[in-house]
Amino acid sequence: MNFFKRTIPLIIAFVMGVLMAFQYYVPHEASQSLLKIVTRWGITIAGFAVFIGVYSLFHLHWNKIKRKLPGWGYSIFVFFGAGITVAFGLYNGGEFFWNDKQQGTMFDWMYFNVQVPAGATMFSILAFFMASAAYRTFRARTSEATILLVAAVIVMLGRVPVGTLLWESLPPIADWIMSVPNMAAKRGILIGVSIGAIATSLKIIFGIERAYLGGGD
Amino acid sequence: MIKNREVSITTWILVAFCIINIFFLVTGKLGFDAKGLGIITAVAFTLAMYSFLYKDNPVFKIAENLFVGVAMGYWIIITWFNILKPDVFETLIVPFFNDTGNAPQYIVIIPTLLGIFMLLRFSTKLSWLSRWSFAFVVGLGAGITIPNFIHAFILKQLSFDLLITSNILDNINTFLILLGVVSVLIYFFFSMEHKGVIGGVSKIGVWYLMIAFGASFGFTVMARMSLLIGRIQFLVRDWLGLIQ
Amino acid sequence: MDRLLGIDRRIIFIFVAAAITIPLIIRFELPVPATKDVKGIYDKINSLPDDSHILISFDYDPASKEELQPMAIALLHHCFRKNVKVIGMTLNPGGSGLADKAITEAGEEYNKKYKEDYVFLGYKTGVELVMINMGENIYSAFPNDFNGNPTADLPVLKGVQSLHDFDYVIDLASGSSIEAWIAFAKEKYKFDLGAGCTAVISPDMYPFLQSDQLNGLMSGLKGAAEYETLINRKSSAVAGMSPQSAVHVLVVLFILFGNTLYFLSGRKK
Repeated sequence: MNFFKRTIPLIIAFVMGVLMAFQYYVPHEASQSLLKIVTRWGITIAGFAVFIGVYSLFHLHWNKIKRKLPGWGYSIFVFFGAGITVAFGLYNGGEFFWNDKQQGTMFDWMYFNVQVPAGATMFSILAFFMASAAYRTFRARTSEATILLVAAVIVMLGRVPVGTLLWESLPPIADWIMSVPNMAAKRGILIGVSIGAIATSLKIIFGIERAYLGGGD
Repeated sequence: MIKNREVSITTWILVAFCIINIFFLVTGKLGFDAKGLGIITAVAFTLAMYSFLYKDNPVFKIAENLFVGVAMGYWIIITWFNILKPDVFETLIVPFFNDTGNAPQYIVIIPTLLGIFMLLRFSTKLSWLSRWSFAFVVGLGAGITIPNFIHAFILKQLSFDLLITSNILDNINTFLILLGVVSVLIYFFFSMEHKGVIGGVSKIGVWYLMIAFGASFGFTVMARMSLLIGRIQFLVRDWLGLIQ
Repeated sequence: MDRLLGIDRRIIFIFVAAAITIPLIIRFELPVPATKDVKGIYDKINSLPDDSHILISFDYDPASKEELQPMAIALLHHCFRKNVKVIGMTLNPGGSGLADKAITEAGEEYNKKYKEDYVFLGYKTGVELVMINMGENIYSAFPNDFNGNPTADLPVLKGVQSLHDFDYVIDLASGSSIEAWIAFAKEKYKFDLGAGCTAVISPDMYPFLQSDQLNGLMSGLKGAAEYETLINRKSSAVAGMSPQSAVHVLVVLFILFGNTLYFLSGRKK
């Protein structure tokens, strides 16, 4: 049984990894067909993976309700929101879900008048807290913090139209910060992260990194 | 005492919100239709979210949880109509039971099975089958990452050949970029104690990183403020009609 | 001094709200000159002949709508004015409604016909897998459009087999999709790529601009405002530039004031 539970997954990862890595350097028709097929399969599998996220969220809120954890009453609204949206989506403006998606249905209405405004507003709340943090905690405590602070101030003023009115050299200085020191640091980070990703990929292919197998035997 | 005050604040805000909207509906500023009622709903959610700024409260929590539920519901339905329906239902299942003029694409059984196996992650007895699906996806991802990252993010990013020009300022910038990339990489990759030459170069790397983090902070402030501007534009333009 | 440092955060919030609302109501316009990076995208679209194919990937969701939707609308107006064929898609499920609305409304404004002049292919998950699959064959990745029409029959896609056949590809991103488009699509299938992104991820994009892996970049609402200015269709992004300026000055004043108090109080807090 261990063969099915552990060895086969390691073989699948190894074969897929090696095939796909070498495929890149083999511009043959067969190699391209293989790439087309496996990426197509990958898209379909990823479609099912959505339900892992759905299950995790519902499981979390269902447990909250079941165990009557603090604030459990609010979790009911998650199920209510999801239930009503899914119901409208399946109803599909009277055409039902096995037909093509209809336009201008209650499902779309829910999206534009609940999800869009609530989602957009949720993240805009951070604007207030960033301003508060700028006032309370953004301090020139050390030389490094001072460099960070000065760069932030120049960029903040240099990237908005008022920057030119305050001092006409501000925008060019901000542009220089972005395209020279910022760019160099980000390139260093990019190369570092890429080397890390390649190393992790190699570890996956050769079975050293097995976190994707999950727990158990 | 404080609770009473908060209940009274909430009640007054709700009353004001209702009066304003009734006024808009009666005067025809907002139509009594899907669009008009949609704007009122969107405003209600926007204000409910902003109520968090005063303090965490039940109105915010209800709106937040409803939003999470609606977003999840939307995700499920969009995945059905965009992926599962065209890729599995219409290619494999419908032609199997009905004569659509197209033969069922039996090859789709493989990713469908792997997709279903993936969901067995939550089963106590059959969760091992999900490993096959994860191994397929993770192996595929690892395989395509290696050559593409080497080419696009390492080799391409390390080619400085086009940057040497006759302009002295450009060449200084090129030198500064080179210095920055090297010093940041040294800062990250040398796990030994940062002393001597390595320490000096690492210090330069830290300065570069601080400038980059400062720039990122500035841009993050910009981004969050833009989101807020958008929401306030919605409130004063689409709802209150104070601006065009 | 301590009272000033420990001021109720809600007072700061009121300042922020005022710094945005007042300039929005008392409108004053500030010049928004286009930067080189934004002009890169504009010039590229301008250089395209009629009936060229542009792919726009709307890889964002409502959380970034206020930055990226104005950008998308400005871009679509430019494309339709230039009579290029617009093909839309998204890799973000939450973005499909916004993308569909933006394309449809802009298309209708220029009397363009769905399926002939523009199409929205909808959402696919799997990010780099979708890109590679499109690079091999676009009809394999998207057998149907968002409304269920088979893509193989669409006149708007005539002459397009894979990503390589697009005259220009633009990614509007709120996450890491630009990097994915570069690594898994642009470098392999060879096409010109431009991008628009939230201001948060914009600093990370500069290495790609310098290496010419991106030929242009629109950053946040400011990028959208620059594009609106370039196409001479000033809308919500340009209107947002005066509050954006005011609130940035306010945040800088907060930083300076907070630091002054910090130093005056002997660096206690």
